[in-house]
This record gives sequence, C-alpha cells and structure tokens, in this order.
Amino acid sequence: MTDIESFLPLQSGTFHILTALGGGERHGYAIIQDIAVRTGGKVKLSAGTLYRSIQRMLEQGLIVESRRRPTAELDDERRRYYRITELGSRVMRAELRRLSQLIQLARAKGFAPESI
Amino acid sequence: MRIYKALLRLYPSSFREEYGEELLRIFEQDRRKISSFPALLIFWIREFLDVLYNAGRVHWDILLKDLIFCRRTIIRTPGFAATAILVTALGIGANTAVFSVVNHVLIRPLPYKDSERIVRIWEKQPNYSRLEVSPPNYRDWQRQARSFESMAAYNNMVSLNLVGNGLAPERVEGAALTAGVLPLLGIRPLLGRLFTQDEDRYGAPGTVLLSYGLWKSRFGGDPRAVGKQLRFDDENFSIIGVLPANVFFPNRENQFWIPLRISPSNYEERDNYYLKVIAKLKPEVTIDQARSEMAAIAQQLEREYPKEDAKTGATVEMLRDGVPEQARMLLIALLGASVCVLLIACTNLANLFLVRAMGRQKELAVRTALGAGRQRLIRQLLTESLVFAVLGGVFGVAMAHGSLPLLTRLIPETLPIGQPTVLDVRVLVFASILLILTAVLSGVIPSLRTFSNMDVSGLHEGSRSGVGGRRERLRSALVFGEIAASVVLLIASGLLIRALWRVQAIDPGFKTENVLTMQTPLAMPKYQNTMARIDFYTRVLDPIRSLPGVHSAAYISFLPMVMRGGIWPIDSVDGIISRPGESLTASLRYITPGFFDTLRIPLRQGRDVSESDTGDAQPVAVVSESFVHRYWPNENPIGRRFTFAFNDRTIVGVVADIRVRGLERSSEPQVYLPYRQVPDGAIIFYAPRALVIRSSSDTVITLNSVRKIIQKVDPEMPVSDVLSLRDVVDSETTARRTQIRVIIAFASLSLLLAGIGLHGLLAFAVSQRTTEIGLRLALGARTKDILRVVLQRGLQVAALGTFFGLLIAYVAGRFLQAVLAGVRPSDPLTLTLACALALFTTISGCLAPALRAMRIDPATAIRTE
Repeated sequence: MTDIESFLPLQSGTFHILTALGGGERHGYAIIQDIAVRTGGKVKLSAGTLYRSIQRMLEQGLIVESRRRPTAELDDERRRYYRITELGSRVMRAELRRLSQLIQLARAKGFAPESI
Repeated sequence: MRIYKALLRLYPSSFREEYGEELLRIFEQDRRKISSFPALLIFWIREFLDVLYNAGRVHWDILLKDLIFCRRTIIRTPGFAATAILVTALGIGANTAVFSVVNHVLIRPLPYKDSERIVRIWEKQPNYSRLEVSPPNYRDWQRQARSFESMAAYNNMVSLNLVGNGLAPERVEGAALTAGVLPLLGIRPLLGRLFTQDEDRYGAPGTVLLSYGLWKSRFGGDPRAVGKQLRFDDENFSIIGVLPANVFFPNRENQFWIPLRISPSNYEERDNYYLKVIAKLKPEVTIDQARSEMAAIAQQLEREYPKEDAKTGATVEMLRDGVPEQARMLLIALLGASVCVLLIACTNLANLFLVRAMGRQKELAVRTALGAGRQRLIRQLLTESLVFAVLGGVFGVAMAHGSLPLLTRLIPETLPIGQPTVLDVRVLVFASILLILTAVLSGVIPSLRTFSNMDVSGLHEGSRSGVGGRRERLRSALVFGEIAASVVLLIASGLLIRALWRVQAIDPGFKTENVLTMQTPLAMPKYQNTMARIDFYTRVLDPIRSLPGVHSAAYISFLPMVMRGGIWPIDSVDGIISRPGESLTASLRYITPGFFDTLRIPLRQGRDVSESDTGDAQPVAVVSESFVHRYWPNENPIGRRFTFAFNDRTIVGVVADIRVRGLERSSEPQVYLPYRQVPDGAIIFYAPRALVIRSSSDTVITLNSVRKIIQKVDPEMPVSDVLSLRDVVDSETTARRTQIRVIIAFASLSLLLAGIGLHGLLAFAVSQRTTEIGLRLALGARTKDILRVVLQRGLQVAALGTFFGLLIAYVAGRFLQAVLAGVRPSDPLTLTLACALALFTTISGCLAPALRAMRIDPATAIRTE
C-alpha cells in the first residue's frame, strides 16, 4: 500500500499531466497541447520536461502506458499513449482535498479570491 | 533534424531508447509551425537549453538511484564494503605519502634557479672523498677554473646567541656566506638587499640577513626591522634584509646569514679545511668537463704545495646529489615496499570484485530478465566501483596526510630543501586511476560477461557456469602474487630489524645512562679570553657538582655524534715530521677534568687532564687507544710527544676509543686537550660549550637547578639542546626506526590481505563444490581426504608464492646491502621466520573453508541440486 500523502504536494508538472489524462488517455504531444489550451498558454511544458516527468510518474505508478488504442483512423501506430491509474486518481483527489482545505482556511480568515 | 538527434545523445541511452522517437516527433511538429528566421533562432536556443537541462536532470536522477542502491549494497555487505574501501585507501595512501617524500628528496629539482647547473666542490684526499676546502685552495680554484660561471663559499656551523629586544636569550643557527652564494642560487631578498663584495672584507662592520621565520618571531614581521641593529653574542649586526620563507639554505634549521670573512691568516692555512664550496657550471660545460678541469688544477696545486696539498684532488658533484647514500637507500626501499602494497591492493580489490561478480550472476540475470537494460546495469556497476574508489581515496589521502610528519624524519637534513607540506597530486591521481581501473575491470567486466553469455541460464538453480577453469586460475594467480609480495616485505622488515639491532648493539665507547647534556654557547667577544671562560666553567661546574644526586659534570668542545668533524692533522710524532700524504688525523676536543668519568670512558693508562694543566704549564694531551696503536704499538706512550694543533704536546694519559662519527662509522683516533690550554683568542670554535652531567636524581629537578646556576653566572647565556645522552645516541637510528615501522606496517597489512585473499579463494571454491564434495562423501570419501584436497589447493598457491617471494627478497636484499649493517640478505633466521609467518597465514586462511568442507552433509548437499 503506497502512502498517498508521500506524493503531496504535487509538482506543478505532475498536477497538469494528471489533469490532462483525466479526460482519457492521450499521447505526449496531446498532453502538452491540452495543458497549453487549458491554461490559456500560461503553462507550456517542453518535450524534455514532459517525458522526464512521464518516466518518473511511470515508475511511481501514477500513470501507465495504455495498451488500448483509440479508433483506427486516429491512431498513429508508433505513438505511445498514457492513462491515469487508480493510484493516480487517488493522489489527484487527495491533492484537491489539500488545496480546497487551504482555500477554506484562507477564506475563514476573510480572504476572497481576486475576481478573474 | 539531424542536429536535434545528435543533441538527444546527451540523454542517457536508456531514456533515449524509451522516449527518443516521441521527442523527435514533437520537435518536428513544433518546428513545422515556425517560418521566420528570428523565431527559428529562438526556437533552437530554447530546444537546446531544454535538452541540456532535462538530460542533466535525468542523469542526476539515475546517479541518485544508483547511489541509493550502492548504499544498500554497503549496508547489506558491510564486510565487503569495508574491505574494498580499506584496501583502496591503503593502496592510495601508502603510495601517495611515500612517493611525495621520495619525489621531494630524490627527484624534484632543487628550488633554485638553474639548479641543474649548481655543483658542490670538495677537496679529495685518500680516505676522504668529501673534505671541506681550505681558504687558499678555494681562492686558487676560483681564480683558475674556467668551467664555472661563479664559485662561492659558505660555512654553516655558525650559531650565535641572540640577545636583547626584550626577549629571552636564544641560540640561533645560521650560516656565513660569501657575497656570491645567494646570487648564484638565484635567491632574491623579500626585503632589503643581499650582501655586497665589500662586506666579505675582513673587518667590515657586521651585517645580517634574517630568515623569514626569525623575522616573524623576533620582529613580528615588521618591515621596519631592516636597518635595525641586532645583538648577536656581544657584537652588533645591522639587519640589511629578509629572505623569503622558502629559502632553506644550507639546511632546514638555518635562521640567519652573515658575511663569510676569511682573515688574511686563514689564507695562509692550506690544510685548514672548513669552507663549503658551491659553483654554477657555465651552460655549455658538462659536469665531466668540470671534473677534469678541477683535477688538473688540483694536480697543479699539488706540485706547488707538495706538503699541504699532498694527494689532494677535487670532488665535483651536483648539489642535488648531496643525499647520503643511506638516506637514499632507505627511501628507495620504502618506495619498493609501497609499490608492493599498491600491487597487493590492486590484486585484492580485483579478487574482491571478481568474487562478488560471480556471486551476483543470479541477481543480474534476474534483473535482465525483468527488463533492466544492459547499459543501465553496467552504468550502475560502474557507479558502484567509483563510489568505492572515491571513498577509499578519501580515506587514503587522510592516511597519507596523517603519516607525512612521520615520513618527514626520513628527509636528510643535509639537503637545502624544506619539508614537504603537500602531498604529491600526480601520485595521488596515478594511484587512484590504477585502483579505479582495477575496480572497474574486475567489477564490471566479469558481470558483463555474465549476462551476455547467460541471460537465462543464470537463473537455473545450482548453475555453475563460468566458475571453474579460467577465472579460478586468475584468482589463484592473484593470491599467489599477494603472498609473494608479502614474503618480500616480511623479509625486508626482518633484515632491517636485524640490522637495527646490530647497529643498536654497537658500543659507542661510553655509557649513556643517567647522562644529561646541554649547550651553553659562549657569546663572543665576551668569552674570547681563556681566563673569562675558565671563570665561567668553574662558577658553573662547581655548584653543579655539589647538587644532590649529581655524580660528576664536565665540559667538552662537542658531543660525540652531534659534531662529527673537528679533525686535525698530526704534524709530527716524536719530533719526526710526517711525510706528505702519510700524516694521521685525529679528532680534537678540549675538555675539563671529569669528562671521562662522566661518560664512563675507561682510562687505560696515565691520568685525566687536570686543573694544573694551565696555559703556562707544558701542553699535554690524553689520547685514545687507536692513536697509541698507530705510533707506538708495543711501547709505553706516556711521555711521548707529538705536534698537534699548533703545539708540541706530551701524552699524559690513554683512554678507550669512542665512536665520534656515529654508531655506524669508524672514527679517527681521538685527542683530548685540557680546557685551560685553549690558546687565548684562537680556535674559539673549539672552546668547550657542551655540558655533560651524570646524575642519579630526577632529570627535571636537576635541569632546573642547572638552569638557575647558569642564569646566576651569566643572565644572558641561553641553555639549548637539552638532551639525554641516550637521545643523542638514539637519534643515530631515528631514520632506521621510522623506516622499519613503516615497512612492518606494510608487511603486516599485506600479510593480512593475502590471508583474506586466500580465505576468499578457498571459501568460494568450497561453496561452489558443495555438491561435488557431498557426492564424494556419499561415495565413501573420508573427511580426511576432503580436508587434504582443500588444504592442498591453498598450500600449493602459498608455496609457489613464498618461493618467488624468497627469490625477489634475496635480490632486493642484495640491493639493500648498504643499509643492512653487515646482515646478509640470506640471513637464515629472517628467511625462516618469514616463511613460517607465510605458512601460518596460509593455514589460517585455509582453516575456515576446510572446516566448512568437512562439515558438509552429503544428504543436504545432493538434495539442493
């Protein structure tokens, strides 16, 4: 049983990659694009950083390489697809709980977020 | 595209294999979106930095992982790790330390300008190849020789009392130099100026150059010291400059320099040898040319002065070579020993890693089967080897650093160099590379072969591939080498210990027990007059003699073994002037009554010198037995006369011979003259300054009382060089004892390592053959047979190693003969003991594996198959 807490707080790269994989399995380039779109271009992972993170996350068991492929016409034979694992999801949930607790704590003291 | 591919090589191959293509694809896609040149440039820079940064991070992650793995290995097999690190440390430490000293003393050029052209010139006479030079000969050489750019003279036996400056009186050692010495050596002053030709003139005002050390201690490094006056003895010297801290000329103890002034009368004395002469060869002149020119000049001088220069030649040698033969041998022997240790360290390390590689076959096979890349595994093994090498290196350097003060004692004091304060980096690097290579070759390569040959077969239970045959032969060869090297070291230590015993057993001719010695340097010109000195001796000796526990006390010119020179020619015997070249020399010493009694030198005939042998009375002498033997072999020498040190002297007593020149050298006959007959204001150098006291009470108490007495007689008189006579004699063997300690340490270590190696070899063989042995036992072999098989293996290797060790040791022993003090290299006791020790180690190494083999239960052994 891996101790979930030992992964927290998540590094920003890990957080974004896991979030991107929340929408289903993706290949590397798709992850980069997904993150860029969602953050309005603020976070742009480089290929090196991405795969370095992926290698580490594979070792930690947060993600796995997916054996299932999307529909044939969209698939590129050589591409590697990644999928979030059960552990990955639990780590993500724990991280969200941690973050919202932080927000509640701050709100209780009278802080409110800046309007976006 | 190709450039990016090349860039990707920066990533570890395992990473590249996994993600290389993906990275390339993403690169391609991004690249396609860019059209303008500046954007392209920025894109490239960004990609480049990205690869650089991430590749570094990936490497770092792997390194961390390997280090963690390595730490686990160390914790899991602490014995292996400790041995490997210790062995590496020994190899690196021993070699770095020893070679640093050897390089410093024997190899490195002397720290002077054009040092390869600086030579020393001596007078040469039958029986003396290196004799100091007399002033007129020096002057004639200087005028006639054409081989040299310059020639200069010095005399380092100057010690003066430094008084005043509000500090306690202190005796300092210095040298007198002609103006040419320092420029010849290329030395520049740190402050002020050097001597000028004018200051060489006899009677010029006193000037002095300070050493850096004296300047710091006496003047706190104040630059205004230059121009001040310094009181040495009773004379004032003005300080004209300070020399840099790295000047150790003529020796390490030197603290000041004054001009060497040769009086006109000195220039008349062609047989008064006291100058040391150095010269610098002209660039185009070889030392052999200089030697033949000097020989010709010496011949010419011999024709001109047939009496004084009879059979006198000149010895020219490089200043660099002024290392006594014995010191050189001691160092070379140490170097040999440390090389032995390095070889043993390498073989042992190889052995350790080989064993481990074999033990790991299964582990590696499993990991390969689980998908670990081969390169990744090699990298991990490499990291591991390097960690051991680095850890070993750190300990090794610490060890070398710690042992330097000990080794420094081996530096002969005659060389004009300082002590090595730093370790030699080149040796450190060399020894480290050798050991790292050993670790890598023996740690990584066997493992490589393991998983290239037998990806799967290694997993088979009980697999024995790669065990027998070649690799075990290699390990046997390694153990053989270790034993041979240990035997060499054992024999070398044995021979040197025997030699030390022999030297220590030499009777110096006097008894050292309970004798305290010290120096009370007499300040000149205060004690120039004989009467002033007699007054001092009497006022000091009388109260000392009445101290409780003091048996006797006396003064002498110089202590034996401390001062080896002071040799004078005997001009005539029984009124017959000795023929040229035939004259005998003797060591001259002035003594107070009671000297022989204090040192327990037996009086054979006649009487001691006495208080009635005054300057007005007839000059008398007490001579040693060898002196009598030379001239009056079977006659009564009492009352005979000879001319010596300017006077006709009558023999009143005969004493036994003592070793003046040290334990290992034969000495000239000794002539002792009464202290009251030192001529007024002449040969002041010989005025007694060494105080010897035989006392049965506590040294510290006696010393305190003596200090008080001297203080009362002359408050400005420093007391220095307080030593027991035992220490004086012991210092004769200091270098030997240091060397023996180091070599014994080396020998014990290598013996231990050889034992461990042998144990490892046999233990492994037994464990690999458990099944075989079990089968044999099941088939009726007796445990005795099994024991024999195991022991035989060990003894074979050991016997071969010992045999070769003996051969090498004999050759080395012959080479060392000069320091063996007559012990033969084939000394049976030493050889027997060394072989016995080697046998003992062999048996200890064999014991545990043999016992294990005997205890094998056939049933279990066969079942495991």
